[in-house]
Formats: sequence, C-alpha cells, structure tokens
Amino acid sequence: MSRQSYLDWNATAPLRPQAAAAIGAALAECGNASSVHRWGRAARQRVERAREQVAALVGAAPDGIVFVSGGTEANHLALLGSGCERVLVSAVEHHSVLHALPSAEPIPVDRDGIVDLARLGELLVADTRPALVSVMFANNETGVIQPVAEVARIAHAHRALFHCDAVQAAGKVPLAIDVIGADLVSLSAHKLGGPPGIGALVVREGIELQPIVRGGGQERSRRAGSENLPGIAGFAAAAETAAAALAEYNRVRRLRDELEAAVLSIAPDALVIGGDVLRLPNTSAIAMPGVSAETQVIALDLDGVMVSAGAACSSGKVGPSHVLAAMGMSPEIAGSTIRVSLGWSTTEADLAHFLDAWAALYRRHRGRANAARAA
Amino acid sequence: MNDMSQPKPERPNALPIYLDYQASTPVDPRALEAMLPYFTEHYGNPHSESHVYGHNAMAAIEAARADVARLIHADPREIVFTSGATESNNLALKGAAHFARAHPPANGPLRDHIVTLATEHKCVLEAAAALEREGFAVTYLPVEPNGLMSLDRLAAAITERTLLVSVMAAHNEIGVIQPLAEIGALCRSRGVLFHTDAAQAYGKIPLDVEAMKIDLMSISGHKVYAPKGVGALHIRRRPRVRLLPLIDGGGQERGLRSGTLPTPLCVGLGRAAAIAAAEMGEEVPRLLRLRERLYRNLVRRVPGLRLNGDPEHRLPGSLNLSFSGVTAPELIEACPSVAMSTGSACTSAAVEPSYVLRELGLPDDVANASIRLGLGRFTTEAEVDFAADAIASAALRLQGRPAADGEVTKAPAIPTSG
Repeated sequence: MSRQSYLDWNATAPLRPQAAAAIGAALAECGNASSVHRWGRAARQRVERAREQVAALVGAAPDGIVFVSGGTEANHLALLGSGCERVLVSAVEHHSVLHALPSAEPIPVDRDGIVDLARLGELLVADTRPALVSVMFANNETGVIQPVAEVARIAHAHRALFHCDAVQAAGKVPLAIDVIGADLVSLSAHKLGGPPGIGALVVREGIELQPIVRGGGQERSRRAGSENLPGIAGFAAAAETAAAALAEYNRVRRLRDELEAAVLSIAPDALVIGGDVLRLPNTSAIAMPGVSAETQVIALDLDGVMVSAGAACSSGKVGPSHVLAAMGMSPEIAGSTIRVSLGWSTTEADLAHFLDAWAALYRRHRGRANAARAA
Repeated sequence: MNDMSQPKPERPNALPIYLDYQASTPVDPRALEAMLPYFTEHYGNPHSESHVYGHNAMAAIEAARADVARLIHADPREIVFTSGATESNNLALKGAAHFARAHPPANGPLRDHIVTLATEHKCVLEAAAALEREGFAVTYLPVEPNGLMSLDRLAAAITERTLLVSVMAAHNEIGVIQPLAEIGALCRSRGVLFHTDAAQAYGKIPLDVEAMKIDLMSISGHKVYAPKGVGALHIRRRPRVRLLPLIDGGGQERGLRSGTLPTPLCVGLGRAAAIAAAEMGEEVPRLLRLRERLYRNLVRRVPGLRLNGDPEHRLPGSLNLSFSGVTAPELIEACPSVAMSTGSACTSAAVEPSYVLRELGLPDDVANASIRLGLGRFTTEAEVDFAADAIASAALRLQGRPAADGEVTKAPAIPTSG
C-alpha cells in the first residue's frame, strides 16, 4: 500500500497504547459500577480512580468531574443545565455550543478570530438577567486560542457563569481550571488519545446543574445511565499520559511552523489563518486561493494525505465554515481553506508527504490558471 | 452452633459467580474481537468524509446499524445510536413530547398526555416527571400483582390528548414480559405512539417492530454482551415518528443525536446483535433449563421462598425471589461467593425497598427480602448448582435452620474462573 499520512488529528486522534490497555482490562471485567456486590464495587473503584486522573488533567477536584458521552453532550449539559436565562456564545464556537440553545446570543470575533471583549462587557451590562458566557479555549478549525482568563474576569465581574469548551485544547496545552477561571469546562476523550464515546463536564464546586439525561441518579444525579467503564478507564489513561507528555507538543509546534513556512515559500499567495495570534501548536488552517477546499482534500486523499475542509462533523456538508465567515473572511478564501492538524506521532516524513502533494496540486492549478490567462 | 450450619468453604482465589446479568453483561469475546481494530487501526472520525480513515469507520458503523436493525426487523435507517438506554429513553419521551408541543395540530386537541407504568425503569419515570414539570400530563398505570399490565386499564387511560404510551418490554427487576403485540395494536388503533424500553429484552427474546407495531424502541449495549457506553433508539419511519433531539450540534444521526459516533462501540453492538440473532434459538431454552434448575434447587431447600413476577411471561434468565425471615442485604453479605443484587443496579445502593416490588403489593418486609438473580450466556450448570447451594445454605443459616443438604449431595464441580 502507498504511504498514508494522517493529518486530521483535530477530527480524532489515534488511541494511545496506555488507553488501549486500560480499555482492554476494563472490557475483560463485567460489573455495573452501581451494583453493591464486589464486581460492582471493583467497577466503582475504577470509575473513581479515573475521576481523579481526569480531574488532574485540568487541576480540578475529582467531585467536579461528570462523565458524559462526549464533548457534544458536555457542551449541552453546561448550556442547558446551568439554568441561566441568558446564554452568550462566541460566534466561532463549535456547533454543539451554537445549536444547544436557539436563544443563545452571539459574541462577535475580530479578523483573527479572537472574541470581542469590549462587546462582551457591553452585552452583559445591557441585560442583567443571570447569564452564562461560553467561549472555547481553542478553535477546532483554526487552533486560535481565546483570552479565556479575560473572558472569565469580565463574566464574573457581571455575575455571569463562564463555560469553556476545552475539547480541542486539552492534552495539547497546559490547562488549569483555576487559571482559566472557568466554572464549567468540556472535555472529550477521543481528541486526546482516549476512545470515542466518552467525555466529561468539569463543574466547579457549588454550581448546581439540571441534568438533561435523567434516570438512575448516577454521577451525583447530574448524568444518569450505567457508567461507560471501558470508556472512562480509557479516557483516564489517555488524560494521564497526555498530561505527562505535553512536551511532545514542542516538537509538534516546530513541525507545524516548518510546514507553514514551506507552504508560504512554495505559494506566496497562500494564507495561514490566524498565523499572527496565539494558536494550538498542532493546528494549521491554510488557504490555497482559487482551489476549493473540497478539491484539495480529495486530491490530497488520492495521494494518501488525510486532512479536512473544516470540522469533521460538518466536513461532508457544503457551505463555507461559520468560523471563517465570523472572522470576516471572504467566501472565496473560506471556501479554499483546509485544516491540517498534527499529533504526537506525526513525523517529518508525514509533512514532506503533505508538502509534495500540496505543491503538486498548487502547481497544477497555477499552470492551468496561467494557461487560461494566456489563451 | 450446629456444624452443619457452618458455611461451606469459599472457592479460594476465585471471583464470585456472576448472577447479575440484568445489571450488566460481560462483553462477548467475539464482539470484543470485532471492536478492537476500530480502537487502534481504523481510528478515523466516522464523520470525516474527506479521507479513507473516515470512510472505513463509517462503513463499519453502517454495517453495525444494519445488524442492530435486523434483530428487530427494522430498517437500518430507523436506528439512531446513543450513549445507552437511559439516553434512548430520555430521547424517546422528551423528543416526542417536545416535537408535539412545537408542532401543534391545525385542528384537534394538543397531544400533551403520556401513559406509562408505575413499574417502569427510573429513567423513564424521571423523564416523564421532567415532562410533567414542563406542563405535560402523565398517567402512571398500576400493574397486576404478577407485574403484568392490564390492557383494559391502558385502553381506558388513552384519551384524545394522549401522545405516547411507554411500556417496558421485559422488566429489569422482576423479568416480566409485557404483551407487546397487544399494546402495539391498541396504540395503533387509537393513533398513539408506542415506545418500549427494550434494554433487557433486546437480543434475549424475539422482538419484531412490525408485528408488534412498535414505534420507538430503546436498546442498551451492555445488557446484550456489547460494551457499556452505547445503545440505540429505533424510530419508526412509516408511519413516520418525529422527534426533537436532546443533543444538537454537528448534526450526526440525521440531526437526531449529535456527537462523534464511537465507532468501536457501535461495531460491538452490531456484532452482539448479530450473535444474538444467530444464537437466540439455542440460548433461550438453555437459560430456561438453567433457571428452572436453580429455582427448583432453591425451592426444595429453602422454606417460604416466593417468586416475584409472573412465572410464565418472563425473561429466560431472570428470577426475583423473596426469602422468608431474611433481609436481602443480609443474604448478599452472607453469600459472598455469588454476585447478585437486590434490584436494579442504579438504585441498589439505596436501602429502601424497591418501588417495583411495592407496586406488586408486596409488604415492605417481603420486598426487603427480595433478591434478583440473573443468568446469562456464560452461566454454566456447575455455576448454577454451586450458587443454589451457597444461597440456600446462607438463607437457612440466617433463618436459624440447619442446612440439610437434601438431594444436592454431590458437590458441584467448581468452576475455576468467574
């Protein structure tokens, strides 16, 4: 088989071996963590140990971890469960935040994708009902990091709660709930090397949540349903490994920066979105003007290079990214932007593979455009 | 104390025999084997449509969806994957109610009434209670002393405002199987949706959404030898059942359930469904035989034993027994070599008597003396014999009677692994 290079880590990351081992061990056991007998108690111990490991990733209290089915559910639980009459969300949030409440009010972002802090303050002053502000730590499409501590300060100054979707950031950059200043933080396992189907909402002590999935009263009545033990164990092992291996991302950042420099030297008209502001070390959103993102991802896939045209959940849909539109990008630029995302096992050979395929595509289209002009 | 009343020696270094299959089942090794490559090799996001990693994952999910559907004679497009039966039940009730409220009929009354049983699983009762707080009306029908519902009572409870009837297919605590085809026919004739929580029944007894006229069916992975953290909701297409999602976002699962699908878990559920379809014919009589053997051995030795729930219409692997003069927690503690429970796992940590047994009209002391025993695919005859012996000895000891061994003279072969 020809070489394959996976550069779509923001869609999902490969399972870390430590997580695979933990999942295997948990799958080999049977027991419902709510059962009183010893198989049930053993399952309960695993869940509680995992709660501590996940809590450690974000410097939270173990009691504050509510295991849910993933980042999407965590975001829903935060927005719907907070009981706030008003919800303010940045315009570049993931769809699972944007669509959680039809009444959510958008907070605009600037050309770099950074949330408009002055506008946030005005929105909070204009209407004093109890509010929740939801701003993601880092964007899934561009990697742009938000000034979350500032957002928290402004939200709290107006007695609003602050929810931070840290799904893409967790495991890639240091995260501490106290530094972020968040009251609620969403996490997903499969973005940091755990299995899909499990995530968590981190809840600061003293915050009451109304559950959206009701039933047997698990997770301190904040999320019913038999605990997904293998998922929880795999999540915890991945979280622990990721927290200990954050330095991997220094290498990833260097690779990403080299990739962007190479792209710009091949194609002076290419654009790196958010290149001037603080970003995740692994994410690159690159526009190849004049070539649709769809054409690019298909051509790259034929060459064995896997990237995406935006968020995975909507990558099959037509229409430009709401994130790039909110940043004021023209539909032309937004429609020609692909996302390249790296991870801990990405190699220089993967990047060379990408650059060869990307440069060939660029030259093909450039040649065609020049021929058209000459004709 | 009489020597005969001493407990038998515990099996050294062995896990207790697992008779709690209604709380959770082990993952079938064949389902596990099918899942593993999707954790490691084929880890792509199934919603990534731009590359082969995504395509492979989605192809596996669609194959699993077809297997999940086939077991209940449904169309694969009628299956939505969820995180488990609790979520499925919440989605079915709240999703149908919220859609009805958002789309009131042009003429005719608003459909804002739900009928369910007082003995439903907590997650159905809690979802119904949440809807009551939103202004919906809910009727909680009582059941007969054998745990079965009355069709006449259901027919009388349905009004022109009734939107949905929710009745559990097979009960998690007492194992009784409700008359699904009759309920389905009644609901269809009255123009009411029929939802059934089939977490315990799916893969255990034949279910047919067409013949039984089921509109919505909740399915659990970890009750059917698939992993925890996955389930499904069957949503009828013809005539179409409309729901509003509980969880919105990327628009996965036709907009009914957003969130990245857990490929390995979906594959595990699909494989488990295929195994159940192939093996149910042999498994049902085998479990019936083992259950009868366990029950006869206990009845013969323990005076005053009482079977809760209808003896005929019940899950093949399920027993719910009340022991005279013994409380369930005492019995569980006195019999550590058998993993069993007092009732549903989610509430089994609570000390109050089961609301389900109370609904059957059992006095508190009898309800407090009830044990649920669940047999399953990996239960052996030797395990059942050992368990009968261990439970009977413990019960007799607690009742202050000598443990006469009766016919169980030959010590059962002791399995070396749980």
